[in-house]
Amino acid sequence: MHSPTIETRRRLYQSVLRLRRTEERLAALYRDQEMRTPTHFGVGQEAVAAGVCEALDAQDVVYSHHRCHNHYLARGGSVFALAAELYGRDEGCSRGRGGSVHLTGPDHGFMISSAILGQTIAVATGSALAFKMDGVPRVAVAFFGDAACEEGIFYESLNYAATHGLPVLLVCENNLYSTESPLQVRQPSGTQLCERAAAFKLRAEQVDGNDVFAVHQAASRLLDGVRQGRGPAFLECMTYRWLEHVGPCFDHEMNRSYRSREELEAWMERCPLRRAGDALLAQGAATRDELEAWRVDVDHEVEEAVARAKAGSWPEPESLFDNVY
Amino acid sequence: MRNLTYAEALSEGLVQAMEQDPAIFVTGIAVDYSSGIFGTTVEALRRFGPSRVFDAPAMENALTGIAIGAAAMGKRPVVVHPRNDFMFLAFDQLINLAAKWRYMYGGRAGRVPVVVRAVVGKGWGQGATHSQSLHATLAHFPGLKVVLPALPADAKGLTLAALQDDGPVVILEHRSLFGLSGPVPEEPVPTPLGVANVVRAGTDVTVVAASLMVVEALRAAAELEKEGVSVEVVDIRSVRPLDEATILASVRKTGRLLVADTSWELYGVSSEVAALAAERAFADLKGPVRRLALANCPAPVSAPLEAAFYPKASTIATAVLSMLRRTAGPLGGIDPADDFKGPY
Repeated sequence: MHSPTIETRRRLYQSVLRLRRTEERLAALYRDQEMRTPTHFGVGQEAVAAGVCEALDAQDVVYSHHRCHNHYLARGGSVFALAAELYGRDEGCSRGRGGSVHLTGPDHGFMISSAILGQTIAVATGSALAFKMDGVPRVAVAFFGDAACEEGIFYESLNYAATHGLPVLLVCENNLYSTESPLQVRQPSGTQLCERAAAFKLRAEQVDGNDVFAVHQAASRLLDGVRQGRGPAFLECMTYRWLEHVGPCFDHEMNRSYRSREELEAWMERCPLRRAGDALLAQGAATRDELEAWRVDVDHEVEEAVARAKAGSWPEPESLFDNVY
Repeated sequence: MRNLTYAEALSEGLVQAMEQDPAIFVTGIAVDYSSGIFGTTVEALRRFGPSRVFDAPAMENALTGIAIGAAAMGKRPVVVHPRNDFMFLAFDQLINLAAKWRYMYGGRAGRVPVVVRAVVGKGWGQGATHSQSLHATLAHFPGLKVVLPALPADAKGLTLAALQDDGPVVILEHRSLFGLSGPVPEEPVPTPLGVANVVRAGTDVTVVAASLMVVEALRAAAELEKEGVSVEVVDIRSVRPLDEATILASVRKTGRLLVADTSWELYGVSSEVAALAAERAFADLKGPVRRLALANCPAPVSAPLEAAFYPKASTIATAVLSMLRRTAGPLGGIDPADDFKGPY
């Protein structure tokens, strides 16, 4: 039913590319110790944000979690406002008050991200309640990780969203680890999160989270049902973070042993950017020259933005008490 | 002015606010029961129907998050906890998100005007987890406003003000006050948030009191007047923001301060007000500040233990007399018998 146009497929690739190049550049700059905010980079997980956000309308609202840069950018957030936030500048999207985990951009349909696991699942559900009360055709989306599915609020929210038939899409980015804890110490063997969601009467699908086209198709399918008033849906995207839980390094650089370098390299073989590019080339939807030109364009955007962000202004100490109440 | 009970005043404030603002809705456990949170949501349900007054599962944290998400989209949710103690489960959403929303997102994510109503229980064997008042704990965190109506007029006025405020506000309502009758304006007159009220003028001792202790302090003051002691009673009304000016003016006038609270002393409102006097009115104090609060243990169930646990009018009167170095006669007669019969 959804066969995305060539233009959509090219946009999906470009979105993954923009997320990847931004996040890699920010991670490189992060090592300079000038971005003084705990940062959870999303390198490797770009296809989830890019695929889901492409399926949304401008009036829909997105909520995110601690690993939020991809969602912020895929929803149209500026690299400049993101980088400025990391640098603690007044020009940051949260004026240097939030840091990496507390981004906002309501003007482009990205409400907030937050650092507490599962917190925004309920908040997105509440926005969906408001949409249903007002009878408007808007959808709320919450992104969260597999560990959030171990929080009580996940179940409270699923139960409520399904009971009230709310227009909310819950997107679980299952990257197999909660900080350094693997799934097998956190969930019973054989757990399928989709089964849990289905037990709460949500329509649920699992998808290859490193295939941006597959994510986009699945999200579009589920969103169709949500928009038709069929109630909430759950999308589990299987993916993997390449970098450490928090910070710019690979785990092997830090001599951490909770996961192997072989495992990382196997997932890097399934790189969402390269797979999307290969698919476009194989389908004749883009040429190698075009892919390269897009990369140059993105890199230019990122370089200009991070330089301008770094040169931004510090918040005035007198503004410490702004917006307390 | 006609009289209303505290419960009737809460109801009228809610109904008038909902008439003015169609974005307001009310949810929480039992809000649409025929008993309607001790009668306070019955009229709202009758007038505005189940689309604006509706039940919720027992999921305090998610429900608070849901209220935040609805508020972010322009609604004004009222979340009701029939007992304060269940609100502990909502602290992540309330403190980690609602309280910080405006600040943490640099003012760019708008505001979340969520109003939380929570009822504080007392006596009748309600025990350790149905009788706590979380105002000091909540007021510790910048970003929340926390109010405690004591008189019927403020039950209505603070409800109206909370529902006109653009940030999150917690209203702690004391179950023992629901039957209290007093003058309440018919018009929708908000009681400003962050403003204390001198409910009885006096010259010898200032009693700063919160919630039910205001009523107990007034009873004590009436009795002490017969002994020739003039007590000024300040109803704190709002613990965040705290009306320092009104409290300090009274302390400077009388030179003696007793603080009476419905929670514990340690790290509580009575300590905060005592610290305020020590820092800002030390030279005006004629003697040590006194605190009266719950006994330093969890709330017991058995009647004689309960009687020993709660401060009351006679305790306040005895403390005031001792601050004046006067001995107390038998004062127990000023405490009304506990005739509470529920529903709890």
